[in-house]
Amino acid sequence: MTENIRSFPGTPLSEQDFEEGKILFNYDELNGKFSWDTGIAIGSYLAGLKNGVILGSRCSTCRKTVVPPRTVCEWCFRPMQEYVPLHDTGTVNTFSLCYVTWDMKRLTDPQIPAVIEIDGASPLHGIMHLLKEVDPQKVHIGMRVKAVWKSAEERTGAITDIQYFKPVKEV
Amino acid sequence: MNERVAIVGIGWSGYRSKSADLSYKELIYESAVKAYADAGVDPRKDIQSFVTVAEDFHEGTSIFDEYTPDQLGAALKPVHTITGDGLHGLATAYMLVKTGQFDIVAVEGHSKASNILTLPEVTAYAQDPILNRPLRFNTHFVAGLEMNRFLFETGTTQEQCAAVVQKNRRNALNNPKAPYGADLTLEDILSGPVLSWPLGKRDSAEHSDGAIVMVLASESTARHLNDKPIWILGMGWCNDSPSLESREWGELPYIQKAAQIAYRQAGFRNPQGIIDFAEIDDTYSYKELQSLEALGFCLPGEAGILTEDGATEVDGELPVNASGGSLGMGHMIDATGLARALEVVLQLRGEAGLYQLEDVNVGLAQSWRGIPTTSGAVAVLAN
Ligand SMILES: [Zn+2]
Repeated sequence: MTENIRSFPGTPLSEQDFEEGKILFNYDELNGKFSWDTGIAIGSYLAGLKNGVILGSRCSTCRKTVVPPRTVCEWCFRPMQEYVPLHDTGTVNTFSLCYVTWDMKRLTDPQIPAVIEIDGASPLHGIMHLLKEVDPQKVHIGMRVKAVWKSAEERTGAITDIQYFKPVKEV
Repeated sequence: MNERVAIVGIGWSGYRSKSADLSYKELIYESAVKAYADAGVDPRKDIQSFVTVAEDFHEGTSIFDEYTPDQLGAALKPVHTITGDGLHGLATAYMLVKTGQFDIVAVEGHSKASNILTLPEVTAYAQDPILNRPLRFNTHFVAGLEMNRFLFETGTTQEQCAAVVQKNRRNALNNPKAPYGADLTLEDILSGPVLSWPLGKRDSAEHSDGAIVMVLASESTARHLNDKPIWILGMGWCNDSPSLESREWGELPYIQKAAQIAYRQAGFRNPQGIIDFAEIDDTYSYKELQSLEALGFCLPGEAGILTEDGATEVDGELPVNASGGSLGMGHMIDATGLARALEVVLQLRGEAGLYQLEDVNVGLAQSWRGIPTTSGAVAVLAN
């Protein structure tokens, strides 16, 4: 703060000033509506989820299997035309304990976002989803997890057709 | 460092009013594959830098530029995005090669206009939020204001503007890439619904989806890659101040300046007699006339008369938008300038098919970033 603050202290604004219309206040809201075409690769992926299947695509050149499927392999720029059903189990690559919501509210019980390397996909290829039915203190990198699906009637062809992933009980 | 720069590869996907079968990534991929095959390059090995053109509000995704590398083969390579018109992207790719640091550079632009359900409202958001937006006008009002002042100052008529629509949409009938080809009478055009008088709905280009990729190379590299390199002789771009309250409505000083910059690089002052044909902005009918005057092809007030006389027809003295322009091919939002440049390249290569012009060696592409901007770019290309 400069010395000027003493001679020019400024004018603090109060909630009342806004209510009384003393402040120029302009509320606006963008009506931005979009209908993204999902296309071949993501369209197939979402159709797979509706059927309770996680689809990946395979590159015949570098032999990577990625999820979600793509039309082009980003590593060798060859078309990915082979779609393969993967398992709905996987391994936690990384996770976080999130104590603030999407719209910035404090939480006592954290949400647990996690990247899950899906069984059948190449290493480092997975799904970004959330973990539940697990003690936050016991989640760990390398933990084995499995998808918990919505019922077939409830599924709509969306990433939320998988409700969450939960730990696989090791037997 | 002072090597010339050539366009050595072109690819496109589209253009169509809807493209529900492909995602934007797949549209771009389709164009990229064609452009790379055309140039004979492998993006993973040969292309050293990538430029894309996109606007977050048009994509519905913040920081959209992050979503561009994979479908271009650009992962783990230098990539950056220009928020401007496609010709600004081409200019950026051109400069990257000119630096001498990159021999081969790709530029990409696309439109998924059909996915923006509230496009007029999104466009209206480009207005000043305190001074203009609270007045709540339909976004086309800016074009209405401009057209009215342009007609007033130059004596151009609505019939002459309609003649631009008639010409470009007829030209589009010969262009298999153009979705809006039509054989309309002037009466059909003038009797259409009014958008923002004097601007009619048929003065305004519809939108289309599509993607365009071009590969640029330095002269020494270009000669190995493609036996029909198209040389960039000059590129200029310019912005006026954004104010709606104090702008030059009747003329386009920013297009005049952009043209001067491009012409100076190309080594001439007056385009008449040098430029064989042009693909220019026709987002709205009157813009083609206003742009022709700003580009120095004729004096203010003459473009409408020349158009009525057929001078800008495919068999005229200066064919303008032989492809159909945006009126015939659809306006491709951020990719529009690249679409114009692509048409110039096709003509200069002799690959324009049914609408191929005879004996063309130097072509001009010009673009405007659309309402409410005063932002434009010009490219002079030669074979
Ligand atoms: Zn691959």
